[in-house]
Amino acid sequence: MAGAETIDRTAFAEWLQRVGDNALILGHRVSEWCGHAPALEEDIALANQALDLIGQCQLWLGLAAEVEDKGRSADDLAFLRDAGAFRNLLLVERPNGDFAQTLMRQFLFDAYHVELLRALKGSTDNRVAEIAAKAEKEVAYHLERSADLVIRLGDGSAESHARMEQALKSLWPYSGEMFIDDATDQAMADAGIAPLPSTLRAAWDETVAAVLTEATLAHPGQAWQHKGGKQGVHSEHLGFLLAEMQFLQRAYPGAVW
Amino acid sequence: MTAAPHPGTDQVWDWLSQVPDPEIPVISLTDLGIIRDVAWADDTLVVTVTPTYSGCPATSIINLDIETALRSHGIEKLRLERQLSPPWTTDWITEGGREKLRAYGIAPPIDGTAADGRLAGRIARLAGSSNLVIACPRCGSTKTEKISQFGSTPCKASYRCTDCLEPFDYFKCI
Repeated sequence: MAGAETIDRTAFAEWLQRVGDNALILGHRVSEWCGHAPALEEDIALANQALDLIGQCQLWLGLAAEVEDKGRSADDLAFLRDAGAFRNLLLVERPNGDFAQTLMRQFLFDAYHVELLRALKGSTDNRVAEIAAKAEKEVAYHLERSADLVIRLGDGSAESHARMEQALKSLWPYSGEMFIDDATDQAMADAGIAPLPSTLRAAWDETVAAVLTEATLAHPGQAWQHKGGKQGVHSEHLGFLLAEMQFLQRAYPGAVW
Repeated sequence: MTAAPHPGTDQVWDWLSQVPDPEIPVISLTDLGIIRDVAWADDTLVVTVTPTYSGCPATSIINLDIETALRSHGIEKLRLERQLSPPWTTDWITEGGREKLRAYGIAPPIDGTAADGRLAGRIARLAGSSNLVIACPRCGSTKTEKISQFGSTPCKASYRCTDCLEPFDYFKCI
């Protein structure tokens, strides 16, 4: 755990919250489909995928709480922070929209997530490497599923193709934030804890280009990109999500099973 | 109070082999391969458990079941430790466990077929039909097709047999 001792704990905890918050917010978004998906099998699949993500979030936020050492737990971080303290990417808080939007958001994130976790398996911090090795197996499977569905629906009916095209167009401006480096990322890279986000771009580009081609979807190319989620500057959508997700702990502080 | 000699670890492994998985009760925790170690630390029994999936809701029930079982055998000082690494793989499901799964109607995992996320080379397979042959646990036919990548629990996928027409769960590989 050389990395953990030599690095600024604040930066490390901040970075862990980014990774954990991505899993939490996307997991919550996906769970919103429970009981509403277009087919029973998809309903089950989405709920199970949400479980994987929320399980990963528990591991990451558990470590974030341990590193920050302020007496907070993973649950405290999930349920008692307000929107400005969340560090997730804007992409994962995008509303579910239709099934095409949900799947495209998942695919764009999965293709990044798997590369991030693969790199984190070589982290100088053993705890990070262990969580990454566990999560990578689950996320590789998520990517297989989301890529498969993007291809099937993109190269599907006129209706499904049009919806996937629209989903890609609306989500693409939120994809660039995954690869922006800032001072926290630089500190993590210097300590050997995590890769610089920009170094994950080439592999992501390759996966996305291959799948979009197979899906007969036109690659959007260069476009203006939103940013700010990693620093706590969120869209209005996150507040509504938190209002639902945190309701119980806000209304009944300290409630337990 | 005189300290009775504590039970040997072989005995403890045997007890654990009788604790059923809460979601698939035909197989035991040792069949599933999630008990990583059993050891005595002075007078405390330490059982090391690895989770199947990060978010598997059965994990806390499994810990409770282990504790209940061992306490019923007279173990007083017990500590459960979570071990993430190396991460659990379906390759650790025992041969006996695989047979029990099949008899129960769940197709056991086919080793070495876990997704590795390296997508570019998989596109052809993704776009076409899977080359993975999963035999129907009921009639044995290999004419089966995937319905969904997830089944009744995070660890399974949904398939159906096009010969006997029955749907079934496949214990997916990770």
